[in-house]
Amino acid sequence: MKVIAKRPESLTQQAFHYCPGCTHGIIHRLVAEVIDELGEGGPAVGIAPVGCSVLAYEYFNLDMIQASHGRAPAVATGVKRALPDCIVFTYQGDGDLAAIGLSEIVHAALRGENFTVIFVNNAIYGMTGGQIAPTTLPGQKTTTSPLGRDTVLSGNPIKVCELLATQEGPAYLSRVSVHSPAQVRRARKAIQKAFEVQRKKQGFSLVEILSTCPTNWGLDPLKSLEWLEKEMLPRYPLGEFRTPGGEENGSL
Amino acid sequence: MEAFRVIVSGFGGQGVLLVGQILAYAGMFSGKHVAWIPSYGAEMRGGTANCSVIISEGEISSPLVEKADALLAFNGPSLEKFEPSLREGGLLLMNTSMVTGEPRRRDVRSFGIPANDLADRLGNSRVANIVMLGALAELEPVLSFESIMEAMRMVLPERHHHLLPLNQEALKAGAESIKEGVGV
Amino acid sequence: MKTRLMKGNEAVGEAAVSAGCRHYYGYPITPQNEIPEYLSYRMPEVGGVFIQSESEIAAINMVYGTSSTGARVMTSSSSPGISLKAEGISYLAGSELPAVIVNMMRGGPGLGGIQPAQGDYFQAVKGGGHGDYRVIVLAAASVQELYTFTLLAFDLADRYRNPVMLLGDGLLGQMMEEVEIPQDLGDDNPPGKPWAVTGCRGRGRNIINSLYLDPHKLEAHNRKLQEKYKGIMEREQRFQEHHTEDCELLLVAYGTAARVSRGAVDEARALGIKAGLFRPQTLWPFPNRGLKEAARRARALLVVEMSSGQMVEDVNLGVQCRLPVHFYGRMGGIVPSAGEVLEEIKRIEGGLA
Repeated sequence: MKVIAKRPESLTQQAFHYCPGCTHGIIHRLVAEVIDELGEGGPAVGIAPVGCSVLAYEYFNLDMIQASHGRAPAVATGVKRALPDCIVFTYQGDGDLAAIGLSEIVHAALRGENFTVIFVNNAIYGMTGGQIAPTTLPGQKTTTSPLGRDTVLSGNPIKVCELLATQEGPAYLSRVSVHSPAQVRRARKAIQKAFEVQRKKQGFSLVEILSTCPTNWGLDPLKSLEWLEKEMLPRYPLGEFRTPGGEENGSL
Repeated sequence: MEAFRVIVSGFGGQGVLLVGQILAYAGMFSGKHVAWIPSYGAEMRGGTANCSVIISEGEISSPLVEKADALLAFNGPSLEKFEPSLREGGLLLMNTSMVTGEPRRRDVRSFGIPANDLADRLGNSRVANIVMLGALAELEPVLSFESIMEAMRMVLPERHHHLLPLNQEALKAGAESIKEGVGV
Repeated sequence: MKTRLMKGNEAVGEAAVSAGCRHYYGYPITPQNEIPEYLSYRMPEVGGVFIQSESEIAAINMVYGTSSTGARVMTSSSSPGISLKAEGISYLAGSELPAVIVNMMRGGPGLGGIQPAQGDYFQAVKGGGHGDYRVIVLAAASVQELYTFTLLAFDLADRYRNPVMLLGDGLLGQMMEEVEIPQDLGDDNPPGKPWAVTGCRGRGRNIINSLYLDPHKLEAHNRKLQEKYKGIMEREQRFQEHHTEDCELLLVAYGTAARVSRGAVDEARALGIKAGLFRPQTLWPFPNRGLKEAARRARALLVVEMSSGQMVEDVNLGVQCRLPVHFYGRMGGIVPSAGEVLEEIKRIEGGLA
């Protein structure tokens, strides 16, 4: 019998707690598959700070560290500097990375720390119940912007890849999405590239993954995928913003 | 003497903290307990610098100098600020190249040393601090000339060791100025 | 044994290297800057890592990361910076990670000043961060003790899988004293760290975590921590005494305040006053047993602190209010003089007669 699909070694048997239709599960699987592919050369440590993925240590079948809100890049710095030959990644949401933890992510990137950041952008605070996030779109309704995000009152959405791409530190920056099977395959490729950059000790790598939050968006899973494509893509264009070889954009 | 307490004060850049460190090393090399405390922070950047040194036979309780046995005043403001801290009968050494005012205390032993002029005569005004140190060593037998030289070898980075003979001259010049009673 | 003249802050840095610490993360703040400055060149010499982090918060989280891997790690700061680290210290305690945190205290509250103070006793001893946790707190009173307590801090941190805070102040950090470098640098046989995350496959996975969403599990975790703290309280109380054998007036002070008080006690003895000094070297656990013993013959106590009176509360608890406990303190970066403390001793002695 030929095995055509199986659970990645790097995932535990634990069932995900994520809401129906949430794309965290897809992203977990992609990361686990890529770490599996690193094989024996890839002993890994994952770091999950506060957010919907705070329980990631239950799901990744790896040595895991749970970190405080926003600080995963600092924790990863401490891990990687002590274990330079170990594959190290953080798994962070948008509130975590782009609001409370903006300083840590920027400085880890500036230092060119040789770890990989999986950055899940779903334009909202999921775990705490759907509050406005730094990535929330103008006009988007949340529990703390009930009339829709008013950019005069609460500012504009942050573009993390574009921001980091203005700096010299990072080696690989890419934005992908998981709203269709084709996009999932592209996302997998970007994650592969990011870990490869780390394995080659080329420096800091970050993959921003546009993700859905049906529960807090108030949409069913299918409509959520459509909303991501229609509303988020124009604001958050996909593509590579930095590669070690310098062949940015559209090569995915 | 059970313990000897010194305050060294002047402008930043006059080598005030260094003189204090040399004193502390000299004390340690003589088998004594020592404590050196610098002024730090904004005060240092504002231009004045001072430090205190205790050299003691016994364990040092409070490392702070409340009543000084000696004050090395490298400039006018230092004299004004620390003159009241001298104990009765203490040593007041003034760098008269910089200090123009007169000491107010009459219950201390005052000495004027034209340290910058003496240093200039040696060809390097930067050793004025060591001239002052030489004067103190002449007046205070707790510090041997040898231990001070040993301390200087310690404090001066190796690449500046060619300056040791100059510093030795400066020490002597300071000591001579006391012996000859220059400006006392 | 080798004797060296060292600045307090440099003694901490060098002792950390001697203790096998190869990772230091910190952010500049006066009056402890000589620690990062020293380690910025010393760490590369020994193949270690030095990072000046983007913030105190980042520094303590880098500590969290390195400690998770089982390596010895240190950060240092001064009062306002320790407030920023408080969250991280709570996480270290919750995840049972060893780490050494140095606080060269300055005057507060707020930005305060940069001169020596002891206003962070409550923060260090009673928590500072959130939750039911304890940090072992060592209080050095000399450059020598900054050196030896740094060595001890690493051993205690590993032994108990707990953060250890070393308290000094601006004066101790800045001053130079002679230091005897001990031959014995600490535990010959430090405990292994099978709990560390190393990315190894081929063993059960390790998880560093302080999250327990099930309150029963969190309570069990807390009970385990409290059990550990009880053991530390039993075993790790440290103190030093000076003329306590027959003293009628017992002074209690730590750190710089203890140095000054010792001078005052000697002057009082010269005047025929039976004064003594009890100096806690661990602030948590507070050396209750030693204090009770030292206060056996005392008729009154005098606590001297460079604060408005924080440790005095623990002294009162220690003697269970059976003796009058007086307090003398200076704040804002003023170090009391031995003369001031002597006046206080005389005043209390007059009242006892």
